[in-house]
Amino acid sequence: MKHAISLRIGPFGFRVGSAWPEPIIALAHLYHGYPAPHDRVADFSVRLEPERPWRRWLRPSVAIRGDFMLSDAAPMALAHGLLAAEMGMNLQMALGQRRYLLLHAATVERDGRALLLTGESGAGKSTLAALLGEHGWRLMGDEFALLDLDRGLFHSFPRAISLKNGAIALMEAQVPASRFGPRLESTPKGAIRHLRPGDGAIADMDKPARPAMILFPRFGFERAVRPVLGAEAFVRLTQASTNYVALGEPGFMALTGLVGQAPARAIDYPDGESAIALIEQLWAELKR
Amino acid sequence: MSGPRYRADSIEKRRIVRLDGLTLLFHRPSGITHILSVPAPEILEALGDEPADAAGIVSRLAARHDMADIAEAEPVVAARLSELEAAGLVERL
Repeated sequence: MKHAISLRIGPFGFRVGSAWPEPIIALAHLYHGYPAPHDRVADFSVRLEPERPWRRWLRPSVAIRGDFMLSDAAPMALAHGLLAAEMGMNLQMALGQRRYLLLHAATVERDGRALLLTGESGAGKSTLAALLGEHGWRLMGDEFALLDLDRGLFHSFPRAISLKNGAIALMEAQVPASRFGPRLESTPKGAIRHLRPGDGAIADMDKPARPAMILFPRFGFERAVRPVLGAEAFVRLTQASTNYVALGEPGFMALTGLVGQAPARAIDYPDGESAIALIEQLWAELKR
Repeated sequence: MSGPRYRADSIEKRRIVRLDGLTLLFHRPSGITHILSVPAPEILEALGDEPADAAGIVSRLAARHDMADIAEAEPVVAARLSELEAAGLVERL
């Protein structure tokens, strides 16, 4: 392809090729400081191409292509080329992963121990992960948690954090402008702006962490905490996994191992500040 | 009169993890994960490799567990057996 970038995020090498320069320039800025893929070989490739050759000139529209495809990976306006690249990278991961149990969840680490945050879209996973990443935690990932099937450790996958709507201003107030990508208006999820994780998250991306706590956050409610028993946590995590069924017995053993060792809580929170305070309190109680 | 007899898959065909009073069972032949509550796991255990009907299972359970009312247990066990059959974990002979 005419324009391309190769980079490594955690264990995986990606190559993104594009018919246009803009998405690649945006990715190069957003992923500044990320290493090259191991042995220069990408595990996943994403191609951004004109939907039809003539559309490149008439009404530019990006179609995502790659090793694994979903039929509903809709073409997007060229202005959203960066978003298309990010979606394509997620898609390759979600569909092609066999080495790790993949959970749709954010992970942060402290003292070698990982905190998993999972919940439905809108629960605030990305926002909480971004906030925690600026408040003494190492961000391991805001989108996918990678649980290895042999040792039961979480591995880091610190892609750019996808901030939506209200979370954008919240983080703009705390993080230098140089770590942000362009603001993308009117995407299918509203306004989106990507945030590069802090330098520590990139430098330590090869350090795994042992699961210590699982949280199911819910944004927009009065502060509340409820213990979640193992079997309920297990069921909710199978629903949060993109490849549990495909992995079979190794996935079953990895997930029961995770739920067996890390206590789970459902938390409700009205805003980011109270969520951070609540998470710190639960974390401190865990250590006692 | 004896009811239908059931057979369970051999124990090597399932992987069991107990969590907070519930039993998670991975069924190897189907690749399906089941979540079982009392007394379904105990019924599978009591069946073992020896087929039995509900009354037979109740007497095996009574030998291993402290059961207050054996007469009341039989319809409960029969109902759980038909659920386990529907889930593909036991087979009616």
